[in-house]
Amino acid sequence: MSDAIIEFDKVNKWYGDTFHVLRDIDLNVARGEKIVICGPSGSGKSTLIRCVNALEEYQEGRIVVDGIALTDDVKAVEAVRRKVGMVFQQFNLFPHLTVLENLTLAPMWVGHTSKKEAEERAMQQLERVRIAEQARKFPLQLSGGQQQRVAIARALCLTPKIMLFDEPTSALDPEMIKEVLDVIVELAGQGMTMLCVTHEMGFAKAVADRVVFMDQGQIVEQAAPHEFFDRPTNERTRDFLAKIIGH
Amino acid sequence: MAADFRSIAPREAPVRTEGAVPWLRRNLFADWKNALATVLLVALGVYALQRFGQWGVARAVFTPDADACQAARGIGACWGVVAEKWRFIIFGRYPFDQLWRPEIATALMLAVVVVSCIRRFWNVWLAAMWAVVLAAFFILMGGGVLGLDPVRTNLWGGLPLTVMLATLSIILAFPLAVLVALGRRSNLPAIRTVCILYIELIRGVPLISVLFMASFMFPLFMPQGMTIDVLVRVLVGITLFAAAYMAEIVRGGLQAIPNGQLEAADTLGLSYWQTQRKIVLPQALAMVVPSMMNNFISIFKDTSLVTIVSLYELTGALSLALNSDVDWRPFKIEAYFFIAAIYFVVCFAMSRYSLWIEAQLGASRAR
Repeated sequence: MSDAIIEFDKVNKWYGDTFHVLRDIDLNVARGEKIVICGPSGSGKSTLIRCVNALEEYQEGRIVVDGIALTDDVKAVEAVRRKVGMVFQQFNLFPHLTVLENLTLAPMWVGHTSKKEAEERAMQQLERVRIAEQARKFPLQLSGGQQQRVAIARALCLTPKIMLFDEPTSALDPEMIKEVLDVIVELAGQGMTMLCVTHEMGFAKAVADRVVFMDQGQIVEQAAPHEFFDRPTNERTRDFLAKIIGH
Repeated sequence: MAADFRSIAPREAPVRTEGAVPWLRRNLFADWKNALATVLLVALGVYALQRFGQWGVARAVFTPDADACQAARGIGACWGVVAEKWRFIIFGRYPFDQLWRPEIATALMLAVVVVSCIRRFWNVWLAAMWAVVLAAFFILMGGGVLGLDPVRTNLWGGLPLTVMLATLSIILAFPLAVLVALGRRSNLPAIRTVCILYIELIRGVPLISVLFMASFMFPLFMPQGMTIDVLVRVLVGITLFAAAYMAEIVRGGLQAIPNGQLEAADTLGLSYWQTQRKIVLPQALAMVVPSMMNNFISIFKDTSLVTIVSLYELTGALSLALNSDVDWRPFKIEAYFFIAAIYFVVCFAMSRYSLWIEAQLGASRAR
C-alpha cells in the first residue's frame, strides 16, 4: 500500500500495566480518504486518532504518517505534526488570545511567516469557515459552534495534509452541530485526508469513504458506509447501531 | 360606558427604596439589635476619633522642641520628632552633607518603578531605562567615580535601601520563580528534584536565618581575601527566599491550565518554550495576580529584617536615629507612625495596582 498516507501496523497500547486500550490495530488510510471512526465510549477510537499526531505513545507495532515512522524521535514527531491538523471535542482555543491571534500564532512562531502574511491567510481561513467578522473577538465571546469553526480554521492555517477530528460536535448544543458539520463536509469535498471520530451517522453516510467500528480496543468491522449501515456483519456492530439509531 | 365610570381610590405612594434614608434604614437600623449595634459602634468610633484627635492634633507638639515634647508627654503627640529626625530616618547613616545623592537615587528608582507600571511604556526602551537607572542608583549611592566621594554600603540606609532591596529582589526573584515553577513540573527528574529541594529547603527556614547565613556564614566558605559585599549577599538571600514562595504561587497557576491547552499547542507544533511563553504563562500568571501581589507586598515589608545584619533600612534607621538620642528616644511611637505611613502608602499603591491589572486582564476574558 504505497499510496497509504497513514499506516497502522499491529499497534498495541496499554495504559499502565493492565488496561489494553489498543489491540493489534491494522489500518491503512489512503491519500484523500475520509474515514469515520465510531464505537462505544472507551473503545479506543479517540486514542487511535491521537496516536496519529503523537499525542499518545504506543508500545508495540508501527505507525507511519506520510512516509515518516512515528518513534520517540522528536524530529519525527515535529515533522508529522506539521502535516497533521487536529480539532478537539472541547475546541481548546487559547482564551487569552483573540480569534485572529489564535490562528496566526503557529504560522508566525512555527512557520516563521510574517505577521502580515499570517493574518492574511488567517482571514482567508476564517472566511472559509464563515466567521471572518469575529476575528477581533476573544474565543469565550463566541458560541460553541463558532468556537469550533475557529478551531478548524486554526488547524487549517498550517495547511495540513491530514485532519483529525476528535468528536468535533459532542460538546455542542444541538442547534450548532449542523454549522460545524457543514464546514467539515465542505472541507471533505476539497480532497483532504480526514479521520473523524463521531457519532453523527448522517454525517458518516454523507462524507465517509469508509466507516471503522471499534470496540474494546479492536477494529471490529470496517466497510463503506452503505454496507456498514445496511449490512453490518458483526454482532457488536449491529448492537451498537441499534442503540444509536434506534433512539 | 360613561355611566359605569368610577374612579378608584388613590393608593398610597410606594415606599422609597433608593436614596440615603432608605439605605440607612435598611442597612443600619433594620431592627432594634441592628440599631443598637450601629449606635454603639458609632459612639465608639466617635470616642476613639476624639481621643486620637486630642492626642494627635489638638495637644500635639509639631515643632522640633524636645522640652515642649517632654512637657506634653502622655497627653499630646510629639510630631516634632519627625521634623527633627526625618533625614536620619529616611536616609540612615548616609553622610549628611551628601544627602542629595540618595535623594536623587531614590527618586529615580521610584520614578522608573512607576513608569514600569504604565502600559504605554511596556517596550524595549523600558529595559534600557532600567539599566540606566540602576547604574545611576549605584553610582550615586556608592560614589568613587565622577568625582563623587565613595560611600561604603554599610552606610547606606533608610528608604533608598528599602526601595532598592525590595525592587531588585522582586525583579530578580520573579523570573527565577517562573523557572523554578516550570522546573518543578518538568519531565526531567534531575531538574525536578533540584527545584523541589530548593523550594522545600528555603521554605523550611525563616528569612532571618537566610539573612544570617548570607551575612555571617557565607564569608567563612569564601577563599581567603575574597569578599562579596554584604549588601549583595543580603540581596541574593532575599531574592532566593522570595523566589521559593513565588515559585509555588506560579505553580498553582500552572496547574490550573487545562491539559487541552497543551495538547492544542503540541498539535500546532509549538516547542516547549514557545508553549510556556505564549500559551501557559500568560494564562497562569494572570490567574495568580492577587497572590503574587500579596507576595510582593510582603517582600517589601520583609526587607525590614535586614536590620539584624546591620543594614539600616527604614525601620532600622528609625531605631538608630532615636536610640542614640536620649532627648528624643521617648517619642518612638510618633516616629513609627511616620514610617508606618510610608509603608502604607507604598503597600496600598501596590494593592490598588494589582486590582487595576486584574481589571485589565478581566477585560480580555469578558464574555
